Amino acid sequence: MNSKKEEENVVIETASRIMIPFIQLFALYVITHGALGPGGGFQGGVVFASSYFLYIVVFNIIEGKKRLPESVYTTLSSTGLCIYAGVGLLSIILSFGMAQYLNYGFIPFTSHFEKNRSLGIDLVEIGVGITVMAVMVSIFFDLAGKEKKDKGE
Amino acid sequence: MTMLIDFALLFLVIIIAIAAVTLKDLLSATLLLGAYSFLMALIWVGMQSVDVAFMEASVGAGATTAFMIAALSRMTRWEKK
Repeated sequence: MNSKKEEENVVIETASRIMIPFIQLFALYVITHGALGPGGGFQGGVVFASSYFLYIVVFNIIEGKKRLPESVYTTLSSTGLCIYAGVGLLSIILSFGMAQYLNYGFIPFTSHFEKNRSLGIDLVEIGVGITVMAVMVSIFFDLAGKEKKDKGE
Repeated sequence: MTMLIDFALLFLVIIIAIAAVTLKDLLSATLLLGAYSFLMALIWVGMQSVDVAFMEASVGAGATTAFMIAALSRMTRWEKK
């Protein structure tokens, strides 16, 4: 949010450069282990988005928009929604009208039914995580982004 | 002992909530709301609902505080009388 060049702080920049990959790794861990323990797609997406918040707060918003442009996060939000809805639709289609509504085991990832089901749950979590991350980042850009005329302050 | 920790956390939560509502400094109120969310997460863990605690710690303390600070960057820091 500080767009002046002379306001940068070496300690904060280095610490956040070290911290951001671990935050993102923890977010991926939360997304993939959502079916077993606490966590899930939404929380993992929020944690992933907060790593971008840290990047935008430490560096300025122009650097953040360079790292994650508007075209990328709008595409990611709809991609996650398509994954989330597509897995459910695929399971309806592939169960061949057996009224197995949203039973992910019918999607043929592997030959085992239970493995298919857990992979389908993981895919849904990944879709939710991508969408939540993109939408949170877009809300933050809309809130923090200044207009063109007072960009200098 | 657990009872003591629970009552201490509840006391701190009430103090922080009253302070966040009555403060005129909006940045301090935002940071106090972040502290409130962390203490509420501890209380949720004490009530064996780890999922809700995770939600409170990530959304309440992380995302909401960042959103409020982002909104504060476009307005004045002090509440008008």
